[in-house]
This record gives sequence, structure tokens and C-alpha cells, in this order.
Amino acid sequence: MSLLHFFGQTLRIATPYLFAAAGGALAERAGVVSLTLEGFMLGGAFGAAIGAWLGGGAWFGILGGLAVGLLLGGLHALGSIRFGADQIVSGVAINLLVVGATRFALQLAFDSSSNSPRIAGFDGFANPLIWAALLLTPLLAVLLNRTRLGLRIRAVGEHPQAAATLGVPVARVQAVAVVISGGLAALGGAYLTLDQHQFTDSMTAGRGFIALAAVIFGRWQPLRAAVACLLFAAAETLQIQLQATQWIAAQFVVMIPYVLTIVAVAGAVTRAKPPAALGRPLAS
Amino acid sequence: MTDSSATPAVRMTGIAKRFAAVQAVAQADLSVQPGEIHALCGENGAGKSTLMKILCGMNGCDDGRIEVHGQDVTGWSTARAIAAGVGMVHQHFMLVPTLTVAENVVLGREPLRHGLLDLEKAVADVEQLCKQTGLSVPARALVAELSVGQAQRVEILKVLHRGARVLLLDEPTAVLSPPEVVELWKVLRTLRGSGTTILLVTHKLDEVMELTDRITVMRQGRTVAVLQTPETTPEILAEAMVGREVDLRVQHAKRAGSRGDVVLQLRDLRVAGRRIAEAIRGISLDVRAGEILGIAGVEGNGQAELLEALTGLRPVLSGEISLNGKNINALTPRARGDAGLSHIPEDRHERGLILEFSVADNLVLGQQHHFGSKGLLDRRAIDAHAQAAIAAWDIRPPDPQAPVRTLSGGNQQKVVIAREMARDFSVLIAAQPTRGVDVGAIEFIHDRLRQARDAGKAVLLVSAELREILTLSDRIAVLYGGQLVAVLPRDACSEAILGGYMTGLGSTTEAA
Repeated sequence: MSLLHFFGQTLRIATPYLFAAAGGALAERAGVVSLTLEGFMLGGAFGAAIGAWLGGGAWFGILGGLAVGLLLGGLHALGSIRFGADQIVSGVAINLLVVGATRFALQLAFDSSSNSPRIAGFDGFANPLIWAALLLTPLLAVLLNRTRLGLRIRAVGEHPQAAATLGVPVARVQAVAVVISGGLAALGGAYLTLDQHQFTDSMTAGRGFIALAAVIFGRWQPLRAAVACLLFAAAETLQIQLQATQWIAAQFVVMIPYVLTIVAVAGAVTRAKPPAALGRPLAS
Repeated sequence: MTDSSATPAVRMTGIAKRFAAVQAVAQADLSVQPGEIHALCGENGAGKSTLMKILCGMNGCDDGRIEVHGQDVTGWSTARAIAAGVGMVHQHFMLVPTLTVAENVVLGREPLRHGLLDLEKAVADVEQLCKQTGLSVPARALVAELSVGQAQRVEILKVLHRGARVLLLDEPTAVLSPPEVVELWKVLRTLRGSGTTILLVTHKLDEVMELTDRITVMRQGRTVAVLQTPETTPEILAEAMVGREVDLRVQHAKRAGSRGDVVLQLRDLRVAGRRIAEAIRGISLDVRAGEILGIAGVEGNGQAELLEALTGLRPVLSGEISLNGKNINALTPRARGDAGLSHIPEDRHERGLILEFSVADNLVLGQQHHFGSKGLLDRRAIDAHAQAAIAAWDIRPPDPQAPVRTLSGGNQQKVVIAREMARDFSVLIAAQPTRGVDVGAIEFIHDRLRQARDAGKAVLLVSAELREILTLSDRIAVLYGGQLVAVLPRDACSEAILGGYMTGLGSTTEAA
């Protein structure tokens, strides 16, 4: 295997992580727990299938995924911010809802319990989402550090009362962050569908949680989180390529990315300092 | 400075506000002239802070009318208050520690350039403002890295940056060292000189007398007097606040018994900090039976870590803690309690009480293993214990089953102290024992601490209130930067001397 091939595959595997982690970092910096990434991704993956199917082109898939993600983000914002539901409960509820809803819709739309028919997609590096993912990290860093919305997001996630006394609309800032987060994570899901030209039931397979681990490992900073995504993706690539060699029992090789995630997060957690108001909404 | 014919900068009439069962403010009137420094005085719970929060839009009011510069603004929001030039400097700082000074100041009205934040302009604005007012703060520093005094300056800058013409300060000196207080006064006088109206909430009489032009006194939610500062005395003021004559002298009752053996001994104690590597940097101290040893110091100099290390909530890095000659470094908090160490925590809500539990249950927390057997609690013993404590400490309401949450701050604190003094202890660690407690309860608690000392117990008193330290202690140690910079007999101490040590200046301010 060539090194170029290794990096190429790593980048392709990292793309959904990069999107989801970007979304996760944004929402968590605003103080909203991002357990929902998995649900956003799966919703986005299904939205992409529907979009591409109905629109007859891969670009419609991107739009479809994005739309579902923004919608789910809005739902999470409505539940956890507008109505003050516990963010973790709301997050888990959305994850479960999406698993069930996509299965149901799969049956309705494609008359299948396991997968959609082959749809339009992008082949390999022709996928614009790969390049968008690379641009995303610096853009997110600029958004957080150099824009008004970013400053307000950081303030709201650390000390919502302080922001509120200065007239910053705390709930609105958080809602905006969560909706954008939904859209970003969903694009990560859409990538999977468009890459495989097909939606399969529960195809995100925990990637949303790995992305959340990358956010924590990256200490809630976009650049570090992106590096963590690339690291996890490299481990997965290694796993795939090792499996092909059959040097080690496949069962062990498949564990590599998950073990690495656990080790990385366990090591990082003691030093990581989450946004101070994470999960604690402003009491009104 | 005050022109009574002018339209008042602030006029509040007939204000009332109720929180659930508590009438926080009833029939309060307040009138502040433009360009004056006006104090709002009263005991804890008199309704000062509530009135301020109503004025700056954080709370609504049930009744009454608010006018600012002649305009009816009753029931406005914080955003509108800020826009109209009324800004509040909160007692608990409203700052985002992970942002820089400049970012905190401009938050909510950020300067933009080409759609992006213009942080250079923010820094320039802050520096400009610093120069105008004499407040000095590094504009690019993270707020988390600032001292308490600097953080407060950022709060003031924040309000001024919004063009505040009316500045409200809630207990601004509670967290400051004496030199920082002097600095603050200078700034407030400068601001008054430039036409800013200042309304100050405080219960410290000396501050009021020194700084203000007029004083409004509150008692039990009502405004009971308006005084011209030059024509009043601390005695008149105190009487108005409390509603009866008060003896203001700092009374230091000497201990009755003689000093006994060393019961608590610290040897070269080092403790890691919450945020820094080492918060306690080598402390050695002997506390003897029959004395109250006061630890003075500006908050954040290691008090919290020292208390946690002593009570077993934080491991020590090195050194030794001995209780009655026995090393207790490795003991759990419960074992330390059983060994004779009682602890009144500095924050009763965080560490002292479980607010949803009843008074009776709170009275046995940490000692529950003495109230039962074979893993079962003896309810009857717990209730009898509660009845006795309620009677002895005059805890109100006298209902053992009432949730502690429903008690007033003073009565909650009595529950904590009653519990800690009920066990057979030899050392009592009292951290901020009268914080947020009304004057009557303060006297009561102080008496009990003295009684404990006279009964041959050792009391380690940690307090941010110098007056409390000076009133109670037999010896005073000053904690600065994680080290004891002085250990003095009470008679060798004054506020000026301690203030010098507390700020790391040593005894050079002795002459002051």
C-alpha cells in the first residue's frame, strides 16, 4: 500500500467525522450538549438518499441531507432550549427517534427494511464534501474567534448570566448554534450515503459518538478536534488495510479505532475543561 | 454636588416585590440626584439587592413606579436599562473567564469591521476608557488571570463602555483588599467629578461615611430614612439600619481559660490548588486548646484549599496534619469528624446542607452512623436529637421535618453549626461562619464560638471579614499567596496592619 493511498483513504474516512465534530464543537461551545450528533448524521444520511432519489442528482442529496439536519437541529433546540428539556434526554430521544423514523421511512419510500436502491452519488474524490470538510475547520475557527456570533457563542457557553445582563439573547444564540450544528453533522451523514450511492439502515454506526469524542479530545477547539478526527480516521484506515493482510485476527484489528477512541478520551478527559455552562441552561 | 431642584437621576416610588412567600421589598422609595454618590444601606435581607435588581431591569416589581431622568421606565428589561445608561456592577462578577478583558467589555455591542469582530478597536476602546477613568486593566489579558480587584474594574469598565450615566454597585468592597478599596474610592470620585451618578449598596458604615453624599436606609424591605452624610454619624446610621441602639465598638472578649495543649498541628503543609499547581506552599501552624485562631486574607490566597486539606476533601502534596498528636493525613472526612474535627463549611449550600432534606436529617449528616445500628437509622434518636438542637439553637421554625430549603439563611447556618458542635470535638474549623446571616444571628453565633473556646476547644476561624477576625480571635495568622506571612497576637493587630500583610506589602503600612 502506498502512503498516498493511505492518506487519501484517511481523508475520505475523516470527512464525516470532520463535519460532525465541527457541529459538535459549535453546539457545545454554546453550552448545549451534543449527544445528538449521531441522530443528526443518520437523519442527514437518509435525507441525502431521499434528495438524490427525488431530485435525480447527487447535489440534491446534499440539499436533502442539509435540510433534514437543520430540521433536527431545530427540533433539539425547541425541546432543550425553548421548552427547557434536559439536553441529554432530548439528545437521546432524538437519536432514538431518528433510528426509528429512518427505518419507517425506508419502508415507506423504498419498500425495504434494510437499504435504499442505488442512488446518484459522487465517486471518491469527486465528492465536493471532502473538500468542503477541509475548508470547514479554518472557517469554524474564524466563526468562533473572529465573528460577533462566535464571541456570543463562547460567552453563552461559559457564563450565560453574564451574557444575558449585557443584553445578549442567550436562547437565540444557543438555538442558532444548535441548528447550524444539526446541518453540519447531517452533511457528514449525507457524505456517507453519497459515497456509497445508497442508504443502509443505521449506516452511521456510532460515528456521531466518535465525533463527539474527537470534540472532547480536541478540548472543544476546532483545530484540535479536526486533528483528533484525522487521527481516528487514520486508525480506521489502518484497521481496514491490516484486515486485508490477515496478519492478525480480524476481530482484534476491527477494535483498533474504538480502543484508540477510548484511550484518547480517557487520557484527555482529566485535562479537558468543558465550557463552564455546558448542559446547564439559563434559568429564566 | 447635589441640586435638589434638578430632576432626580433615579426615582423609585412605592416599590414592592415578593418572591414566593417572602416579601423582599415593600413600600420602598428612593431618589438619587444626578452627580451624587448615594448609598443604599441596610442589614442582610433588608431588600437592598432586590431593589437594585429591579432598578437595572433584572427583576420586575409587583407594584410601584421607576423613573430615570424623569422618564417612566417601570418594568423595563436589562437591555433597555443599559441602553438608557443605567448599568449595574454585580456583587458576583458577571464576567466570562475564558474571554479577554476587551472581549468581555464589548460583548453585546461588538465593534465590527468587514463583518468580522474588530478586536483591535475593542482593545483601543478599553485602553482609552482606562485612561479617562484611572482604572487600569490589561485589555488583552484573559479575565481568568486577573485578580479580584482587576476583575471588578473590568465590571465597571463594561458598564461605562455602554455609556452608563447611572452606575449601580452592589457590595463592591466585599471581595477587595484595603488598598484596592482605596483605589476604588478614587475612581468613583473621579467618575462623580465627570457627572456620573453613583448608587452604592453596602452594609459597611465606615465606607458610607467616607464616600457618600446621601444615604437611604432600608429595613425589612422598606426605606426607613434618608440622611445627609455630613450631618450624620455612624451611630445614627446603625440605629436606623437595625431599628435599635447598637454598640459599634469592636469588642474583643478575652478568653476566660488559659491556653492549653496544641491540638491541631500543621507541619510544612503543601496542597495543590484548584487552578494552580500549589495553592498552599508550606504552612506550619499550631492551634491550641482554648484559643480562637483567626486566618485573615483576601479570598483566593489558598483559604479554600487549606480548608479542604484540613477536612479531608483534598489530598495534601506533602507535610503533616496532626489532630491531638495523631497524623490524620490519610483519614477520610468522616473519620476526621469522629476523631474530633468539626467543620463549618464556607458555603452552606454547596457543602453544609442538603437543602431538600429535613432539618432533622441535616442535623445528623456525617454523623448518621452514630444514629442507628446494623445499617438502619434510628428515627426516634434522630428526632430527639433534632428537638434538642432546635431548642438549644433557637432554630425557626421549630419543625424538625421542615425542609432546610424553607429556612432563612441565618437559621440554615444555625443548623450547620448546631450539627458540628453537637459532636464531641476538640477542633472546630469555622469558615465564614456568619456569611449572609443577619445581625442578630451574628451575635448569637459569635457567642457560641467564644463559649466553645472557653470550654477548652480550639477554633480555627477563616473569614473574609476583618472585623469578624478582629472581634473573635486570640491570635491572627495572615494567609497571602499560599503562605502564612504573619502570625500575631490579637493585641498587636489593627485593620491597617493586617491589610498590609494581606496585600503582600508586609508591615510597611503600619503607620497608616
